[in-house]
Order: sequence, then structure tokens, then C-alpha cells
Amino acid sequence: MDKHIMKSANEAAEKIIEWGEEHKLETCFERAEKLKPCPIGETGACCKVCHMGPCRLVGKNAEEEAMGVCGAPLSTVAARNLVRMIAAGTAAHSDHARDMAFTLLAAATGEVKDFQITDVRKLYRVAEILGIEFEGRPVNDVAKDVALKFIEDFGRQKGELYYLKRAPKKTQERWVKWGVAPRGIDREVCEAMHRTSVGVDHDPDHLLLHGLRTALADGWGGCMIATDITDILFGTPRPVKAEASFGIFKEDEVNLVVHGHEPSLAEMIVDVASEPEIIAYAKSKGAKGINLGGMCCTANEVLMRHGIPTAGGFTNQELGIMTGLVDVMTVDVQCIMPAIAEISKKFHTKIITTSEKAKIPGAMHIEYDEHRAREIAREIVKHACDNYQNRKTEGSHITDKFPVVAGFSHEYIEYMQGGRWRASFRPLNDAIMAGRIRGVVGLAGCDNPRVPSTGIHRYLATELIKNDVLIVSTGCGSAACGTAGYLTPEMALEHAGPGLREVCEAIGIPPILHLGACVDNSRILTILSAMAEEGGLSDEIGGMPGVGIAPEWMSEKAVAIGCYFAASGVPVIFGGESPVGASHEVTRIMTEVWWERFKGSMHFEPDPEKMLAMALDYIDKAREALKLKKYEPGKFGAERVLMDMAARRELERAAKPHIGL
Amino acid sequence: MSKLIASAAIRGAHKLVAQAEEMVEKAIAEKGKDFAFEFPDTAYYLPMIYAMTGFPVKTVGDMKVALGFAKELLHDEPEENIWKPYLGEALDSGMATLFAEEIILAIKYIYGLEPYKDPETGYVYNGFITDTIQRNLGIQLVDGTMPGFAAIIGAAPTDDIAVNICRELQEKNILTFLSGQSNGDSVTKQLQRKGIELGWDTRIVPLGPDTEHTLYALDWAIRASLIFGGKKPGDFKDHLKYQKDRVFAFALALGPLDDIKWSTGAGAINMGFPAICDTDVPVIHPTGVCTYEEVDKEFDHSKIVQKAIEVRGLKIIVEKPPIPVAYGPAFEGERIRKEDTFIEFGGQRTPAFEWVRMRELEEIEDNKVIIVGDNWQERYEKGGQMPLGILIEVAGRKMQKDFESVIERKIHHNINEAQGLWHMGQRDINWIRISNAAQKDGITLEHLGHIQTAMMKHRFRSIVDKVQVTIYTDEQDVIRLRDEARAAYKERDHRLGTLTDDAVDTFYSCLLCQSFAPSHVCVITPERLGLCGAYNWLDGKAAYEIDPTGGNQPVPKGELLDAKYGRYTGVDDYLKKASGGAVETLNLYTIMENPMTSCGCFECIVAIIPEANGVMIVNRGATMMTPIGMKFSTLAGTVGGGAQTPGFMGIGVNFITSKKFLSGDGGIKRIVWMPKALKERIAEDFKKRAEEAGVPDLLDKIADETICEDSEKLLEHLSSVGHPALEMEPMI
Repeated sequence: MDKHIMKSANEAAEKIIEWGEEHKLETCFERAEKLKPCPIGETGACCKVCHMGPCRLVGKNAEEEAMGVCGAPLSTVAARNLVRMIAAGTAAHSDHARDMAFTLLAAATGEVKDFQITDVRKLYRVAEILGIEFEGRPVNDVAKDVALKFIEDFGRQKGELYYLKRAPKKTQERWVKWGVAPRGIDREVCEAMHRTSVGVDHDPDHLLLHGLRTALADGWGGCMIATDITDILFGTPRPVKAEASFGIFKEDEVNLVVHGHEPSLAEMIVDVASEPEIIAYAKSKGAKGINLGGMCCTANEVLMRHGIPTAGGFTNQELGIMTGLVDVMTVDVQCIMPAIAEISKKFHTKIITTSEKAKIPGAMHIEYDEHRAREIAREIVKHACDNYQNRKTEGSHITDKFPVVAGFSHEYIEYMQGGRWRASFRPLNDAIMAGRIRGVVGLAGCDNPRVPSTGIHRYLATELIKNDVLIVSTGCGSAACGTAGYLTPEMALEHAGPGLREVCEAIGIPPILHLGACVDNSRILTILSAMAEEGGLSDEIGGMPGVGIAPEWMSEKAVAIGCYFAASGVPVIFGGESPVGASHEVTRIMTEVWWERFKGSMHFEPDPEKMLAMALDYIDKAREALKLKKYEPGKFGAERVLMDMAARRELERAAKPHIGL
Repeated sequence: MSKLIASAAIRGAHKLVAQAEEMVEKAIAEKGKDFAFEFPDTAYYLPMIYAMTGFPVKTVGDMKVALGFAKELLHDEPEENIWKPYLGEALDSGMATLFAEEIILAIKYIYGLEPYKDPETGYVYNGFITDTIQRNLGIQLVDGTMPGFAAIIGAAPTDDIAVNICRELQEKNILTFLSGQSNGDSVTKQLQRKGIELGWDTRIVPLGPDTEHTLYALDWAIRASLIFGGKKPGDFKDHLKYQKDRVFAFALALGPLDDIKWSTGAGAINMGFPAICDTDVPVIHPTGVCTYEEVDKEFDHSKIVQKAIEVRGLKIIVEKPPIPVAYGPAFEGERIRKEDTFIEFGGQRTPAFEWVRMRELEEIEDNKVIIVGDNWQERYEKGGQMPLGILIEVAGRKMQKDFESVIERKIHHNINEAQGLWHMGQRDINWIRISNAAQKDGITLEHLGHIQTAMMKHRFRSIVDKVQVTIYTDEQDVIRLRDEARAAYKERDHRLGTLTDDAVDTFYSCLLCQSFAPSHVCVITPERLGLCGAYNWLDGKAAYEIDPTGGNQPVPKGELLDAKYGRYTGVDDYLKKASGGAVETLNLYTIMENPMTSCGCFECIVAIIPEANGVMIVNRGATMMTPIGMKFSTLAGTVGGGAQTPGFMGIGVNFITSKKFLSGDGGIKRIVWMPKALKERIAEDFKKRAEEAGVPDLLDKIADETICEDSEKLLEHLSSVGHPALEMEPMI
């Protein structure tokens, strides 16, 4: 890695940080330097679930000897802490999903007028999975039934989440065997909080199993529901061209940034921003037009569906304001630094909080109400127009930006491999089997000011594609790659290994596929399931030559995501220090025990080079276990199985997917 | 790079869809939207559109609807830089192109512009390929004599290269379609200039002069999954998987490619058919849409055919006897006209015969060819006519007397497959010609023998260990031995007469068609030959001896469950297994309950006419309307694909005169209608059977198309002639 990088690997960000330092503006980067993480809490050794403590379980032989006032050993404490992180992460995604489900219901019943069903085909696909009759029925009736079924998933007390059956059978069997098939989303979160409260569940393995059940409720529940409803309401993404980084802001237009995670209001803002009267209003304030930009995962939502440019991920939020060009930044929920309210005071930028769940002292609050969505969106855009006039000359005024191609939904990835008639995952499976593609990595998670921000994402992205590993990215991982200029098809031609390059060239894709926001990690789950179904690789998610990596994670949501991948059968590697690092026992459970039970695991590894080596090792071992051709760069696709008539007669009986070697 | 291909395909689709739209609008304006259209002799409307969408295009107005499907498949071209993905879009464009081409060609048919006639030479291209041709080829598609299909688009750099490529394809048994042009020339014209015989008989079929005509080949391919695969119209995924897995077609693009060629190629790639080009094109190697590469290149024309075959994943085993001319089934249909004939034998011109006789191993010498006759060489060199007796003596540890006739029938194919040699008839009514060209290439009488020794051992490996051939050329020898042969023929026929279903304990299956119709199983009994007409019980028995794990397996009869309908436990047990569970039980002698399934290459269809209390039989190739209101082609569509359809059944022609023909339903007395030509073809045997059945004048009572083509008139006829079916117990 480049040792010269100080705070951010994003050159534009680095310039803004420097400019900020010159102007005595403090950001998360300085705070991260000043405020070292608490070494006890960092490794999971601090217990504060009751007021006899907080207890610090430290010292020599802490694993064996240390205990809290109640007698809880280190392994219990570390496991409880982790399970609470999972619960919080699951709650976050799922509460977002719940709002989407109610929006869908309100749209279907006509209770709200500003939203309609946009993607009927997706609605039908979802209805079919849920066992809802759709042929010959009014679209809104189907949508209503879909919404109601989804709502059941949150409050269900017994039984299973509907979407669990989308997983390969063998994967489901593992969940049943180990008792981690989630019942209802809220129930699992609630039980997680109960079991981790003082004096309840003390067996680390038992605690962690419930952690996995809660995480699965996130992945196959909250996240997947959020993804699908958003697709139904606003369209399933298809490739779009857009731009990324700070240069997306325009000097002569009203710059309005949508930041946070929820798509509904942002969609409405996108819609009203092109209304002639709104544009006229902007012009009346001296601007040439209205320029929307995104930040964090709301950015990903509107980038995927409308090509709205993104200013980047989590650590860019203060820096965006420091360009001096942002007239209004709306925020909703999750990953909003309260610091933006403070720093916005140094500029003309107005921060508008919009969620009834989230307010920031010092920010303006315009509460989003889906019944008045359009009206509220107009009000916000007008605020931005009004504020354009207050734009001052100071600010870093960075102009760097990069083109990106995004919009890779599960549906489009299937389509792009064969078109309307031949859509399938056969070519991807073939490419992996033949060794053109060595494996697949999901590069996801946050960006983090505790490391040179986005730097590990960039390092791993370039190294992995050089090694013929196809990357699917989400959330701030996508933002990190986008602001580095990696999300272009040219990236494949110039930097991918020879096999991956051939595949990218045949299809016309970047070597890194932007799948959407962090809730859209659910798309990776369904893609893996489809690959298992297609045949020729593993017949479950476990055993696939794939790895999940969140190199710069910081959010509890990331932990929930990592754990649902592990429980689904994916080895997961997280960067940074381990939040359970104090307990060898918990570490062992999350790596060895989970691997044995689920073919998934969760590692914490701060060294980027070791992360890369571990990922490639997992991939190569999976290839070996599947008896695939050994990966050798540049060597693939020579031997052919030639068919005579006898072999053709046996096709039906053999019914084995053809091996593309 | 692939982007160039995708861009070209997307542009090509736009052009053709626009052209089709213009033509449809014109046709609607001139002919009206209700103007009906169908391609000649097909039950599948516009087959590609029908298979993919399930929408039957019956009128010009329907074409407009279908064109709407094509329009939905159009996309923007990828941009120069920072492009969006293009593969799915290019494949969509390919399908849009096929839809548009199908409509364009249909409208050209309406205006009498198809099949295309070359204004200079007057040559008429094949145009649309009929269902009948497809079904006629049925058995060849499955028995390995036609393992693959090539579509050559464009023109080779020279006429000689064109000839070489086509000859190589012929020798590899590949059926070749020609279309398109490059630089104003085409392989069709190149072959014509070289005097190469074109057409179905030689397996080189010019479809038309434009790239668009390639669609006819794809229309032909897609009907394989409709006819043989039993795939439902509109189940496009099933169709395309079938095409990819079972239809071993590929394209050779000779000369430079334009947008239309690329977009048509993209359509073919949808079906899993790769393209090999002889120019420096971008390649697409990743697999998964096609089984192997999608687009590849090969500049060396002596290697391009082999490359294409490998890229398609096709295994071809060719056995060539040591003779100085080309050899293979592609030459089987070649004609030798009188003026091209160097020498001929038999055919009522000279005495001749051909006879296979079983010997003990020590009695003959393998590979020996003996020619008996005074000055035979000199007489041969002179040309003209000559007597000819071919005695083939075979020996082998697993050889059986019964196999003599099976082996003897192959003499015809063995000779015919040599380029410049022609054979027809059999036994003592055979007729052989050797062309001037073949004689010039060095063919002598000895080669006639070498062909037999090599090919008999190849075809009957593991039955035949030794083959010795004696060729007689003196008239008195030929006549003497012909008498001996005649005695053997007679004895054989007698033996055949005693071979009945009841007399044997084992039937044979035929699974050859499972390469195309995966759940179909033919059960061949001594009295019921395969529905294709090509395999009888002895063939099955011999084939099993040759290859115990091959397409013909013994089926022990087991216990007789129903003597009238012909149901056996052994047959049922076997069927369940061999059909993959698709068929549970079979009655051999009835059409009414669990009758035999069909693959699609049946010679005839038997169909119940309830109001006549009987059945009609219509043969492949008959194009008239039948009394049940469907032509053969439409009827055939309801019978194939390995499904049991009570009341409908595919059969071989010779089964009509078997004692077991619908014996459970009342036998031949149930037949109320047959095409006139079919009646004439089977008249001799039929009259014998009718006499046995006690209705000597039955054939005269059976209606044909000269009497009626609808059921009302049929009934009038039957009652006026007093057809026995009317008096029989009700069929239903």
C-alpha cells in the first residue's frame, strides 16, 4: 500500500482535508487521530449491560480468569457485545424495510397518491415467491397482498421468514439443523436484547447462534424486503452512467445532496427537481438549474435507478460541505455524522433532517410524510434554491470526478449473461469453472477514518481484479470504488487479469459490479442462490469460491451483514481490530465452529495484504474442494467434451450441467 | 473486441426491424390486415416467432403484432467510452433480427418473391424448408449419419476453396445450408461454377442469396424442438436449451461481415450456435451462452471446418473405405444421369444380384476381393454394361443366419455413399452405375469389393469378423449363382414369415431418437417395425449384438397381461425406465389406450375418425386435407415429442399390412381413408391381408382424397360401399 497516504486514499478528499486543516476546520479524520479507540471496548472486553459495572475483563489470562461482578467470563461478555451489535444492525436495516413495506401498502391501497408501482414484473416475481396469485388480478391488489405478507415477517412469532426458501435447500437444512432459521424479524431482535441483558444467556456459542438467527433475519428479512420493495416502487436497477466524487457539484447550479439511507423522499426529490416550475424557481434565484447529488447509501439508491451522481461514502459527508458548494443536504437515518450540523455553520449549507426518527440539534427539520411526499420534496428543493444565493466564495471547490457505470441488480446480472431469452447464471458459473474467473468477492461495508479512508477498498479492488476475481460491491464499498474511477468497463481492459478481462469484454461490464446500497447486500444472497441452482459449482451457498470483505467497516449494520453472510455459507473477512478479539473462544466459534456448521466464518484482520491472501486462499480451497480446474492466470477453456450420438441420447439421464472446460 | 460485434448486431436489428415494419405496412395497405399467410407445408406458422412467443402468426395483421415483440428487443448502441453492458442487448437484437427476417421473408412469399430465383441463371433456391423434409430426415438426424448442420454465409476467397470446404462438410456427414454473399459472390455461385450438384440429395442446400435467408436454416432448427422435442410454443427457455444441447449447428462466415450478418449471427448465438469466421474479427470466447466459444476465427480454410466442429462440441466418426473418391452419406443422394454413366450393371439391362451369405470363420479370408470373369478388366475399361454378381461372405463368432438380410440391406448404402457410385434396388433387382468421373478417379470393380469389406466390418463390428467378396462378371456365372441366391432369399422370407410376436420371447427397443426426443421409446416386435420404417426386429437384434450398450436394447416380454391389446409386464417395466418415467405402460395392438409414443419421424399417422367408427392413415409427404380436418403437417404436430395420445399414433408404412396392425381394435378393417398414393404403394401386401381378414375388396372400399377430404362425404362413401367398419363394435 501507498505509505504516503495520510488520511484518505481519495485524492480529492485528501485535498479537502488539507484545505480544512489550513482553515482550522475539524473533521472525523482529526478526531479519529485525537481520539484513540478505548482498548478495552475495542476488543469486546468491556461489559456495561448492568450498572454493577462497567466491568473491564482484562489482565493476564483474562480468558480464563477475568470475570465481571456477576461472574460473566470474557467469552460471554464478548459474545454478548457482538450479539448486541448484530441486533442493532438488524434493527436498522429492518426498520428501514418496515417503512418501505408500509409505503408499498399505502401506495397499493391508494392511501398515498405520490407513489405507484413502477416495476410490475418485479412485483409479480416477488408475488410468485411469496405464493401470491397475480395472474389476472389488479396490480394494486397484488401489491397490497405482497406488502401485508412482508409486514407479517416483522411481527411473526412462530414459523419462518418467507424469504428463507429462496436459499438453496442445503443451506436451509443447515439453518434448521442448528436452530437459526429466524421466525420474525422483531422477535429475533427483541430476543437478542433480552438474552444479552444481565443474567440471561451466558453460553457464548448459544448466544452467538442467536446472533446468527438475528443476522439471518436481517439478510433474508429486512435487507431483502427493503431491496425488493424499493425495486417494485422505484424500478429494478439496470445499468446507468453517472459520476462520482466531489467534482459532481456545480458552481452555477443549486446543489442539493440527499444523504442517508432511505430512498422514498430522495426519489420524490429526483422527481420534482425536473419539474419546470421548480427549475424556473431555481433560475429566479440566479442558478442555471438544479443539480442533485447523493451521499452514502441514499446516493446509491438514486444512482442505481436514476444515475444521480454520488459525492461518495460515509467519510465524505463533512468534506462535501467543505467544498462550499452544497446548498442543502437532506439527511434521514443511519451513518449521519452529527458533525455535519456543526461544520455546516461554517458555510452557507443547510442541513435538513427529514426522518421522524432522527433529529440533529442545529439542523433544520422538515419531517417527511409519505402522504405529502411531493409537497415536502418541493419545499426542500425550494429551500436549496433559496440558499443558493447565500453561497459564499470560500470552500475547497474541488473539481475531480470520475465516470461510473452502476445499476447491477440481480435481475440485470442474469439478463446481461444472455439477454431476454437466455438470461441465466450459466456463463458466470462456466467462467468460474473454467478458471477464467477465479472467484467472486463481495466488497462491501463502510469507509473509515481510522485507516487511510477508502484506501483498503482501493488496494483490495485492484489486487483482486488483477487476480481474476470478479467483485460485486455495495454501499460505501461501491462509493470507494466509484470515487477511485474503478467502476468503468475500461477498468477491466486495463487492470483485470486475462480471464476476468475476457468475461468483462464479452459482456461489456466493469470488473466491479455496483449492486446498490448496503441493504442491497441481499442481492448477493440471491445471486449466490441462483449460482447454486444453476449447477456446476456448489449446490449450496457454502462451498462457493466466494468471500465477503468489509475492509473498513465501522457500523453495527456491517456486523449484522457479515454474520448473515457467514450463516449463509460465506467466509467473511472484516478489517480493523476484532470487536471480539479479547476472547479466543469467541474468535474460535466465529471461525472454526461456524465454518464446520455453515461453511461460513467471520474473521477480523487489520492487515490488507493478509486480507487479500486469506481471500484468495479461501477461493482456491473452495475451487479445489469443488474439483474445479486449478486457477492459473491466462490458462482456461482448452479441453472440450465432444458429443457423439450415444452421448446425446444420455443427455436427459445425465442431466449434468455441461462443464465449460 | 466484442463491443464491435454488439454494436453491429444492434444496428442490424434496427435496420431489419424498420425494413420489416415498412413491408408490413405496405402489405396491410395492399392486401388488408386479414390477408392469410402460411409458409409452405408447416404446422408451425412463423416457426421462430411461434416457438419463442407462442404467438401464431396467421395473417399480415398478426405480423404487425409480432413485429411489436421485435421492437421491444431493440436497444441503443454502446457508447465509444464508458459503455454500458452490451451482451444481453446484442442477443436481444439477434432475436429481434430473426423475428424481423421471418416477417420479411413471409411478406416476400406473399408477393411471390420467394423462393428466390436467380435472374441470370434461373436457379431457384430452396426457400423455406418444409415440415415434410424435416421429418424425412428424422432418422438420419439420430442415427449418426447426419450429426451436425452448417450454415455457410458469404463466399470463399476462391471457387476451389468453396468446393473444398463443402466437400469436407459432406465427408463429415454435415448438412450444409448456403446463404448470403460477400463482395457480390456466394458459395452457391462458386459451387455452381464448379458444377457441384446442389440440393437435399447432396446435403448442400442453397437457401437464398441474402444473409436474411439464413433464417430458413434457423427456422428448420427450431422446429426440431417443436417436432421431436415436444417443447411447447412460448416456452422459449426450453426451446433454446434444447437447441443448445441437441441441435449441433454452427455458422461459417466467409468473407467480410456487415451489420446484418452480425445481427443474424447474434440470433443464432441465442440458440447456442457459434460462428467461425475466416476474417480478422473480434472473438468471444467465454462460454455459457454457447457450449463453447460464441465467435471465433480461423484463417486457414483447410482447418476451418474442423475448428467449427470442435467449437460446437461435435464428435464425428467417419469411416472411409480405401477408395479414390469421396465417401459419406452426403453422396448417397447424388444422381448419375445416363450421359454421365461410364458403366452400369443390372437394372434389367444385364443379369445381376447381390447376396450376403454366412460362413464359418475358417472358410473365408478376411478383406479378400476376388473377381471372376474372362478379361474382366478389359471389359470394364470399355465401359457400357456388364453382368454383375456380388457375393459377400461374412463370418464372425456372434454372427447369426438371421443377420444375413440385415447386412445385405447395407450393400445399398455402402455403394451409394461413394461419390460417383450409384445403387438402387436389392437382391436380384439391383442396379449399379459408376460415373465417368469416378472411373477417371480410378474406381475399378475391385473397389466395389473393398467398399463392402471395409464398411460391413465397420457397420457390423463385433458381429462380423471377416468379410470376403467375390464379384462375378461372366453372364453364366451370374445366372447360376443368382439361382442359388434366389433359393436363399426364399428360405429367408419363409423364416421371416414365422417370426411372429408370439413366437419370440424378446422384443427390441429403439432409443436412437432419444438424442432429439428424450422420452420417446420405440418397441419393435417381429410384427411391428419402428415408426420411422427404418428398423425392424432383426435390425434391432443385430444392432444389440453390435453394441450391447447402444440404442437398441432387448426387452424381455415378461408376463402377458392383455392378449387383445398386447400388454406385457416386461415391456411396461422397460418403458418406465427408458422413458425416464414419462411413459408407464404400453399396449402394442391398440390405438385407443396407452398407444405407442412417437418421436416425430413417423412415416404415417393413424388417427381415429369417431363418426366413421374407424381410422384414417396419412403418410408423410401427403399434402391434402384429411377427413379429420387437419393436414399431415398439423396432425403431426399433435403426435410427436414422446407423448401418448390415445386415438393418434405414428407408424411405419409396413406396419399397415402386419397382422398385428390395431389387432386389438379390429385390425385393417378399421381403415376408412388413406391417400391414393399410399393405397397404391401397399396394394399388393394389403390385398393379401384383406383376403386373410375376409374382406378381399377392402382396399376399394377405403376412401382417398379423390373421393373425399371431409368427414361428411367420407360417411356417405362408407355407407354407399358398405365399409365393414360401420358394422363393427364402437371404437369409443
